[in-house]
Amino acid sequence: MKITSPEELAQNAAALKSRPRKPIKLLVSMGTCGIAAGTAAVLKAIHQEIAERNLENAIEVSEVGCMGLCHAEPVIMLADEATGEKLIYGDVTPEQVPAILAAGTSSIAPGTRTLERNWYYPEFETAKPGEPQARIVLRNTGRLNPENIEEYLADDGYAALAKAVTQMTPQQVIDLITASGLRGRGGGGFPTGRKWQFAADQKSEEKFIICNADEGDPGAFMDRAVLEGDPHTVLEAMAIGGYAIGAHTGVIYIRAEYPLAVRRLEIAIRQAEELGLLGRNIFDSGFDFRIEIKYGAGAFVCGEETALIHSIEGKRGEPTVKPPFPAVEGLWKKPTVVNNVETYACVGAIVRKGAEWFRSLGTAGSPGTKVFALAGKVAKVGLVEVPMGTTLRDIVFGIGGGIKNGRAFKAVQTGGPSGGCITPANLDLPIDYEALKSIGSMMGSGGMIVMDEDDCMVNIAKFFLEFTLDESCGKCTPCRIGNRRMYEMLNEITEGRASLDVIDRLKTLSATIKDTALCGLGQTSPNPVLSTLANFEDEYLAHVKDSRCPAGVCAKLIRYEISDRCVGCGLCLHRCPVNCISGERKMRHRIDQSRCIKCGVCFQTCKFHAVEKH
Amino acid sequence: MCCNCRNASGTVARPPEEQQKFDELERYIGTLQVGDNPDRRRGSLIQILHRAQHLFGYLSEEVQSFVAARLNISRAEVYGVISFYSYFIDQPIGRYKINVCTGTACFVKGAPKVLDEFKRRLEIREGESTPDGKFFLGALRCVGACSLAPVVMVNEKVYGNVTAEKVADILQDCAD
Amino acid sequence: MNINLKINGQPVSVAPGSTILEAAEKLEIKIPTLCHFKMDCFHVDHRSASCRICVVEVKGRPNLAPACSTPAAEGMEVHTNTLRAINARRTILDLLLSDHPKDCLICPKNLNCQLQALAQEMGLHHLLYKGEQSTYNKDLSSQAIARDLDKCIMCRRCETACNAIQTVGVLSGVGRGFNAVVAPAGLKPLAETECVFCGQCVQACPVGALSEIDYKYPVWRALNDPAKTVVVQTAPAVRVAIGEAFGLPPGSVSTGKMVTALRMLGFDRVFDTDFAADLTIMEETTELIERIKSGRNLPILTSCCPGWVKFLEHQFPELIYMPSTAKSPQQMFGAITKTYFAQKAGIAPENLTVVSVMPCLSKKYEAAREEFSRDGIRDVDIVISTRELADMIREAGIQFDQLEEGEYDSPLGESTGAAVIFGATGGVLEAALRTAADWIAGEDLQEIDFTGVRGLDGIKEAAVNINGLELHVAVCSGLGNARKLLEKIQKGEADYQAIEIMACPGGCLNGGGQPYHHGDTTILQKRLEALYRDDKSQPVRKSHRNPSIQRLYAEFLGEPGSHFAHQLLHTAYVDRRK
Repeated sequence: MKITSPEELAQNAAALKSRPRKPIKLLVSMGTCGIAAGTAAVLKAIHQEIAERNLENAIEVSEVGCMGLCHAEPVIMLADEATGEKLIYGDVTPEQVPAILAAGTSSIAPGTRTLERNWYYPEFETAKPGEPQARIVLRNTGRLNPENIEEYLADDGYAALAKAVTQMTPQQVIDLITASGLRGRGGGGFPTGRKWQFAADQKSEEKFIICNADEGDPGAFMDRAVLEGDPHTVLEAMAIGGYAIGAHTGVIYIRAEYPLAVRRLEIAIRQAEELGLLGRNIFDSGFDFRIEIKYGAGAFVCGEETALIHSIEGKRGEPTVKPPFPAVEGLWKKPTVVNNVETYACVGAIVRKGAEWFRSLGTAGSPGTKVFALAGKVAKVGLVEVPMGTTLRDIVFGIGGGIKNGRAFKAVQTGGPSGGCITPANLDLPIDYEALKSIGSMMGSGGMIVMDEDDCMVNIAKFFLEFTLDESCGKCTPCRIGNRRMYEMLNEITEGRASLDVIDRLKTLSATIKDTALCGLGQTSPNPVLSTLANFEDEYLAHVKDSRCPAGVCAKLIRYEISDRCVGCGLCLHRCPVNCISGERKMRHRIDQSRCIKCGVCFQTCKFHAVEKH
Repeated sequence: MCCNCRNASGTVARPPEEQQKFDELERYIGTLQVGDNPDRRRGSLIQILHRAQHLFGYLSEEVQSFVAARLNISRAEVYGVISFYSYFIDQPIGRYKINVCTGTACFVKGAPKVLDEFKRRLEIREGESTPDGKFFLGALRCVGACSLAPVVMVNEKVYGNVTAEKVADILQDCAD
Repeated sequence: MNINLKINGQPVSVAPGSTILEAAEKLEIKIPTLCHFKMDCFHVDHRSASCRICVVEVKGRPNLAPACSTPAAEGMEVHTNTLRAINARRTILDLLLSDHPKDCLICPKNLNCQLQALAQEMGLHHLLYKGEQSTYNKDLSSQAIARDLDKCIMCRRCETACNAIQTVGVLSGVGRGFNAVVAPAGLKPLAETECVFCGQCVQACPVGALSEIDYKYPVWRALNDPAKTVVVQTAPAVRVAIGEAFGLPPGSVSTGKMVTALRMLGFDRVFDTDFAADLTIMEETTELIERIKSGRNLPILTSCCPGWVKFLEHQFPELIYMPSTAKSPQQMFGAITKTYFAQKAGIAPENLTVVSVMPCLSKKYEAAREEFSRDGIRDVDIVISTRELADMIREAGIQFDQLEEGEYDSPLGESTGAAVIFGATGGVLEAALRTAADWIAGEDLQEIDFTGVRGLDGIKEAAVNINGLELHVAVCSGLGNARKLLEKIQKGEADYQAIEIMACPGGCLNGGGQPYHHGDTTILQKRLEALYRDDKSQPVRKSHRNPSIQRLYAEFLGEPGSHFAHQLLHTAYVDRRK
């Protein structure tokens, strides 16, 4: 069956909506991290229980993507279709399933953990107090079954595409996106409408629209969550973009490390093609659009658009100089628009609800919302989406529940290896593109790693630089050699062998790399160093001048010793992986410093706090 | 004419199971819409290499030459691409692929110590396989399971909240 | 519409598409470059913008811009020497040097190195950044090209030479980050690859990462071995380039000085490859006429160039029946020296050492091909390049520019104008046409300048009418052009009777063993003009009119194309496709 007009689409949606429903809908979070945490076993237990207790007509099970509650996976949600009542369980085990199903939506099963939903959907709901999150990008993720297009269609899926291709001119679409103020969510925040306009202005028989799904920022996983949880939203937006700029081919460039997302995209493309929502003459408008999937193969630099294009062309993913910009000369030298997953995920909603609606969220310069992957030392790790302008405090301490284990908050790293750290002093800064830039960080793709007092900031900077080092394509001198030298200097610092002028040399070299590197990866690579230097110079100096790591992380600068609190229980001796602890039972033990690898196992295992870190 | 032209020896016969894989790769390439434009033909290089690695386990010189010939590009180009992307390998690796996630979340939660412990126990460096061909040790950047950090993947299996002490148990799990 | 911009406050107007660097050149403002490599006459423009040494400040741009690849724009204001730009350039150079061996004194590119020149120009005397340096095994696997990747600066110029220009496809960027380097597939040594040793990568390499395998010392040893009679042959293109190594202006014809210098170095006989070039024409033209008469195996392809021959063997083995079976002049010379000359001079072949001086690195490989020896005696024993000869002359303390003009020895030193133009693209074919025309017409024709096949263009075509016989010929230089032409032939889109192919763009005058031109193509143009000037000044300008050649056939070989001539002077080709 093909859907050939907006009317047909609407009728179809209405029919799907009015289908008789089972009283309870049970959503099971089947994203990568849910599966890793054991959701599959829970799902199996659910099916078993339903079969045994003949609940087939009472409960509708839907496998959905990530709900964002990663800290509590496996997560399931029960929704009462009649009352709209929702109940979320976290840390679910297969053993709890019978009790949960027995309790239904009317009561909470004993011995379980329930979770608060602290988000709302601005498209359908208004915020209630205590709901800091607003979901545009994640509006379907964790809510709809990504492998069933009917759920998407029932929710007015593809209505935005229908509206664009039958009621709007390409220029009107671009004007709308421009008016919405949508900015690229992948890095620099370039206005999406302007990018589309550039490409639309090019005269060319052939143009391309590319979705950058090569999420490579270590510690960011929102693109994966969207693709796994809501592939159709991305496909629909790419088609809208294609219509706007005059492209008939879309390419999704996706990390090969995301097999589940690839599978769900393939299913989604097939389903959309079967209904004529992709392919030839969409909605009988004369507009053709097809989408193909291309795999990345493990290269962070391919997040840079020219490198990405080379990779799609089957080449080494080395960036080239801009101009020419891809909008003028991109894939196969044709005008090409590259946007990332999160950017596309905003487009459909903007077309349906309008630019004003989108601008009603976020800040004047950065309208809309931003998804962050909140991780690290935060209590509630998860995927959050907040209006631009939300403060870091609201995210880390509000949504994230503060720091784990009662440790003190030290900093948050945003923007991954291209970004910088935000310190307690800036906790109340409303976050948007400009604000982050002004404090030496950047939005990046939205990784947000929380660090506590046990993290050494020099070591963190070294970590990011090591990442850049691994991921540099090696094309330009400043990135290839400069970052190597930066890393070596940081290594000297963390090993206590640096001379005093190292800070100056770091600063000079950072400035040159920023100023001269060929691509965005290189130009931003010194940011973690500059930002930690700006905020934690004393920590650097402690390493350099006093050969001391204040956080007690840098192995070369710490040593473990056993104090007279030792009772000689032998636990540490037993656990030491290199057998460098000796001592008679019930006598004070000692550590052979020459063989100690500073792994800290003795420190963690001693019940008498007899192992001291110096 | 006294010029004695030597003919090249014919193609070397492959073992049947090997030949089957080449046939399958050939079929796969046939299904791709490579078109006539030679530049665009090469656009499927990375897809083909993915499939080849899936079939053969790694990208041997013979496989590289096969792909190069099929796309009419040089072997150097193919190798240049393989060596650029961390996903591709040109050597056989251990049956148990241990990958320690070293994404930021895992890093701040102690992944380096886990990696060190694997190195110590297996007596190999990152990116190497044990001489008996059982284990390969690598590092991955963010598998997207940050809530379980630090994470270790052994082939498709994910271990969450790994500490150095759990390393021995993970290795124990890998029984042939 | 021209684009108007200002550089260092000076207004300049350039054509659209021009770069900042080109605009600066117009104003004679020098911006240092390193990875940039341009050879207009061959349509080569390598601007990867990777070294970043050419960065300049552009008003309104947040970052510094690489001048080599940033298009000039209307109203642009560029400053090349602000403190910011200078600091950045110095830091970049500092970084490059931090990963580069500092053993310039013993580097093969010492004084010919663009990185060294840059360090001198920028006056960097103190390095701020030190750290790990790349370490790779040296590749000395082939007879022709040495690779020392510790010195590679990742400018990728060699890659452009090997892939874009020559389409040999042996080199690629490999690995990434600090470990990125340019290498063959599987990091194999060159000898195990499809490399044809044209040496265009060596010409392109701005540093000592690529150079020739050095055979100077074996030559010194032979010269000082009392048991050996050492014979030297000099290729046509050497004489128009060697002067450059001694400060003579490009385009100087230094034949006489070179001969004197060779004699001073101690060579027992100073002969000329030009003699063998004439011999090649005799055999090849005989073959051409035979093939035209029989209508079989057309077109005939020239076979003088070992780089081109190896290219054909690897890339188009199905066409190996096409080239003339005639050996190259170098190999003919060796074969004749070790038979005819040995007999005449009464020297046992094993006591003869044949040294070639070639503009080429592939000739080193050619001389070592297994088929070019008889009874364990190689036709040619040692091959050195123009550059190596210049080094030897310098080492011997000879003041080249002040030397008297010397004469080649007889009999293998006598040659014609037809032979000397072998050094330029089109020369072999023109020489063949001069002989073919006479032979077909049966008279001594006066119109012997076939100018349609001259010049540095990559592919040239001409129709030649000889006594009513219309010959379609083509000339191409640069293996990328050869590939295009061969593909046309395979598709049946080209109909020629004879084609000359030279591996190096422009022919031997731009060989991999010639003095470095660093992309200055005016030098090549002058070498070209010098060759044709030399041709014009020769009393005999047709190969078959060379008296020594006529004597050689009369006394020794019999007729051109005879069975004996075939045994000595012809060869066969090998299918090298793996």
